[in-house]
Amino acid sequence: MDSAPIWVLAEPAEGSFTTTSLELLSHARTLSSDVAAITWGAGGQLAAQAGEYGASTLYDVGDLGGALPGVPVAAAIAGLIAGGAAPRAILIPTSYDGRDVAGRLSARLDRPVLTNATGLADDGGLVTEHPVFGGSLVVRARFSAEGPGIVVVRAKSFAAEPAGGAPAAVVAASPGELGATNAAAIAAHHVEERTGPQLEEAAVVVSGGRGLGEASAYALVEEVAGLLHGAAGASRAIVDAGWVPYSRQVGQTGKTVKPTVYLACGISGATQHMVGMKGSKNIVAVNKDPDAPIFQIADLGIVGDVQKVLPALIERLRAR
Amino acid sequence: MDIVVCVKQIPDPAAPQSFDGSNNLDRSGKLILDEADTYGVEMALQLVDAAGGGEVSVVSMGSAADVAGVRSALAMGAARATVVSDESLRGSDALTTAKVLAAAIRRHPFDLVLAATESSDGYTGTMPVQLAELLGLPSITFAKSVAVEGATLRVQRQTELGYDEVTAPLPALVTVTAGVVEPRYASFKGIMAAKSKPVDVLAVADLSLAGPVGAEGAREAVVAIDAAEARQAGEKHVDEGDGAERIVAFLESIKVL
Repeated sequence: MDSAPIWVLAEPAEGSFTTTSLELLSHARTLSSDVAAITWGAGGQLAAQAGEYGASTLYDVGDLGGALPGVPVAAAIAGLIAGGAAPRAILIPTSYDGRDVAGRLSARLDRPVLTNATGLADDGGLVTEHPVFGGSLVVRARFSAEGPGIVVVRAKSFAAEPAGGAPAAVVAASPGELGATNAAAIAAHHVEERTGPQLEEAAVVVSGGRGLGEASAYALVEEVAGLLHGAAGASRAIVDAGWVPYSRQVGQTGKTVKPTVYLACGISGATQHMVGMKGSKNIVAVNKDPDAPIFQIADLGIVGDVQKVLPALIERLRAR
Repeated sequence: MDIVVCVKQIPDPAAPQSFDGSNNLDRSGKLILDEADTYGVEMALQLVDAAGGGEVSVVSMGSAADVAGVRSALAMGAARATVVSDESLRGSDALTTAKVLAAAIRRHPFDLVLAATESSDGYTGTMPVQLAELLGLPSITFAKSVAVEGATLRVQRQTELGYDEVTAPLPALVTVTAGVVEPRYASFKGIMAAKSKPVDVLAVADLSLAGPVGAEGAREAVVAIDAAEARQAGEKHVDEGDGAERIVAFLESIKVL
């Protein structure tokens, strides 16, 4: 196994690392005997979890003082590299803050980024995998210049598996002087009420699309999701229309989900959507149009009106 | 207040896509304004209105000489456009795109740069933040709403749990998520007016860039393109009042119920 270090951006969330961060740490172990995690906030408290998932070092950028993570965390990573550290690659979760760090770091280091990766293997050099055209094709790519390469990886690309390692050694990593670029400050957090699991973690995902007919019909999708203890998702079309927020979007420009079952309601199956959900274990689709592309990948397809099928489904699920 | 909106001209996403001989997305057909960019254009027009003055301009980069997509943004109400159009840009990666757009944006004074969170064709999603770093600007990504109070931006930024209220001084860069404003349709008058609005077409040589652009400047390479494992279609039933029952039976069979 290669001994050149691989670094993983490990995002803190509610006293733990995010699941995608743990997936990346787990996979990094298979590529290098020297894995380091980079985090911020109360990083030291997560040394045990970082070690458990394979990191021997935890670089801690510390308290960001209300700044968005992108600028200070990228600056701290660039600082470590300027100080002589030579990671072969830096793996970053596809997330709001992860994408900020990747963009800032790329421009600071003048290094390229490969994004939307769903696979990463060592084939003499690191080779990334990217699904394109709705997931019908897989592009494999590599960096063609000196490292470190920055790879932004989709959720659920790898399994998160603890390896039982000792707590990682915590090393402070300072962002240094940042100036005007770091002037964006978080004034307040607003938590929207959510019942049930997060979209990317849920075993059951129920998504709605244009076929719902009107914004208010999305309540049917949410109700089915609730009754199945799942999460509610959406196609790009209804996010663009302003029916639901971007955080619900499944697909190429949204989230990747791989639930036990994905229930697509009134979603025709544009390539943009399919790439985000075709890794689901089982797919059920309800759509009026018998020729909708979603039926080509559905294990069970119901040709019908979601406004009729969903209320009937809700009635049956409630009765159980 | 002067706002620059980054826009991209892309192949129609509804048409079949393919690769060209150099493993780049085939962009030889008609190009249209990326719908994802219309939210930024709309938001810029609203912010300039609210500020009581200023100008919305758009900036774009591409390898084709076509500017029809950019004219769509002008038809919505943007005042002028800068388009860096050069065959040598073919195969440019996100960082090179950011360098080119930074050089084009620096040519005029501005208070705010807006962009979509990602393009609909390449969807790399890193270009705006690379651009902010190159321009030395603070950035707020994934905005749900944007307001300007004096010289301060106030943005609701999407998070996993809801949203954060984030502030930044101007000048700054903001990426806007789709669906947060309703992009106006271009009126007939707007479409006619767009034909005579200034479109400044620049070549790479007009910008003082340090390194190579296009495929030569991209430090990534495609190793292979293969067909993905295909999923098989399963059963398909026409709902005759039994659709819900069939779904329940299926969920039972996979032990979700």
